[in-house]
Amino acid sequence: MSMRKGLLAAGVAALALAAGAARAEGPNLGKPVTPSDLKAWDINVFPDGTNLPPGSGKASAGAKLYAEQCSSCHGDNGKGGIAGQLVGGPPRASLDGGKTIANFWPAATTLFDFIRRAMPYTAPKSLTDQEVYDVTAYLLAANKLIGENDEINAKTLPQVKMPNRDNFIIRFPDRI
Amino acid sequence: MTRSRHRRGANAGKSVPHVAGNGLLDRRALLGRGIMLAGAMGAGTAGSLTGAAAEALVDGPWSNEVGDVIPAYQTASKFEKDVLRTVDNPKNEPRNSRARTPHQSLKGIITPNGLHFTICHGGVPDIDPAKHRLVIHGMVKRPLVFDLEALERYPMVSRVGFVECGGNSAPLFSNAPIDADVQALHGLASCSEWTGVLLSTLLEEAGVDPKAKWLIAEGADSPRLSRSVPLAKAMDDAMVAMYQNGERIQPGQGYPMRLWLPGYEGNMNVKYLRRVQVTDQPALTFYEARTYSQILPDGRAYRFYFLQEVKSFISSPSPGHKLKEPGIYEITGVAYAGTGRIAKVMVSADGGKSWAEAALQEPRLPKAFTRFRMPWRWDGGPAILQSRAWDEAGNMQPTREAFVALRGQTSKPPSVLGFPSQHFNAITSWAVDAKGEIKHVYA
Repeated sequence: MSMRKGLLAAGVAALALAAGAARAEGPNLGKPVTPSDLKAWDINVFPDGTNLPPGSGKASAGAKLYAEQCSSCHGDNGKGGIAGQLVGGPPRASLDGGKTIANFWPAATTLFDFIRRAMPYTAPKSLTDQEVYDVTAYLLAANKLIGENDEINAKTLPQVKMPNRDNFIIRFPDRI
Repeated sequence: MTRSRHRRGANAGKSVPHVAGNGLLDRRALLGRGIMLAGAMGAGTAGSLTGAAAEALVDGPWSNEVGDVIPAYQTASKFEKDVLRTVDNPKNEPRNSRARTPHQSLKGIITPNGLHFTICHGGVPDIDPAKHRLVIHGMVKRPLVFDLEALERYPMVSRVGFVECGGNSAPLFSNAPIDADVQALHGLASCSEWTGVLLSTLLEEAGVDPKAKWLIAEGADSPRLSRSVPLAKAMDDAMVAMYQNGERIQPGQGYPMRLWLPGYEGNMNVKYLRRVQVTDQPALTFYEARTYSQILPDGRAYRFYFLQEVKSFISSPSPGHKLKEPGIYEITGVAYAGTGRIAKVMVSADGGKSWAEAALQEPRLPKAFTRFRMPWRWDGGPAILQSRAWDEAGNMQPTREAFVALRGQTSKPPSVLGFPSQHFNAITSWAVDAKGEIKHVYA
């Protein structure tokens, strides 16, 4: 190795050390966490269906749950109340209101994710995955986005065609 | 009020050059040439408040007795009891709750902690900090969990910056001006010094997969509020904030820790942060897929707006204040931009016909409130006060007319508490009438 190459190699090594040192500045106090540790929290569902749990739901079962657990805020049959309207609504949402599942929501998976993590409002995360699938199926059927007897599961939910899905514009594409 | 007092007040500031219509004075009167304005103000106000010579000065009872015990945690004087946030869900009904900052009573760039705006989507959680955990997992080499005690040992940074709800100023989407004050219209924005650990420090420890592009941040509140955040923002300036203006973050701000994304939509600054999942795709969570997607007049909608764009508003004088007599007043307010520093603020007193440059109070920090000031001689006649800001990138705060042409407005006025759309950053107008009363108008 020539003198010059040797210096260059030393320089690269020093840079690598410096980079390593910069990363090592933190005290590295994070503790390893395993998938089984994470199980209760690992609830993000993605539009392609990633992380949907096993099981399936039916609108008929969901209708009963909806009446018991959801209608006090969202109104009978999703017509709205103290909380937002979920079913029907004007053909197009506007600044006057009316964002509903049928006329606005871009992805059906958002329903499962949000109901499971946040609903019912006064007892969040109290529904089983099965019940979340049932209520999801009920709301999709009530909005006429699936048939009354269609089964909703990890495979079928991401395939539900949401009418408004192509009407979104990324505001600042260079920030993504 | 007598005619002579009127004249004395109206003459105040005559020696200071007028730089724009309806009495705007040279901002330099506030800076290098302050003496001239001070002299003018003295001439204008000394006799005019009472119309008589100064009264004989007397000791107040507080000067002749021992004061109170010093409290362990000081709160504001009882005479300031009306300087409060307005709360829109005082009975904690099963819906969102908001508390708005009283900008009309504040004069600096830092919002006092108890007056920082708060929005909760499931009430304020009562989190035991010893039991709180922050997990980083997903597309990382080493999924990790941190507790508060561990995070306290990490290198911290402090930075001043604003947080603004994406829905702040939403009443200005109304087709007709809503009669409300600056707190009701713009109270969902506040500014603090935040201290915590850079999220990039923790992500580097976990070892982010080069194919990752997003992270999903989640809170420990009852909706487990979740938002997708571009990894680029996370690595740029995102902070796991634990302190607010020097003390632990308030419960309404995310105690014991929140995600702070300087300059980005408030709802993304996930409070009670408990989990960060690194991914290659966004989740289209409820708040980004539905609530914080903004409908446009043609029926399409924006997604991933993120940025709080350049904006300003006048906090004083503003509705609820009353100008008691003609004379010199200071027009002041805040300007801010999610892109960086404020470069310039212009003020108008004639509804935008003429403009003059306001003085910008230092420090002028990026992605933080910048206080602006403008001396003004009110002649007792009608005036329309406006402010307009520019950021350092050259972005200009739009007029309301130009803004709603692109973004739309309602067909009838909504509730002042409603959110017809979001990311309103256009000019606000305050009309001053001959009685000195101030009202929100469109101009």
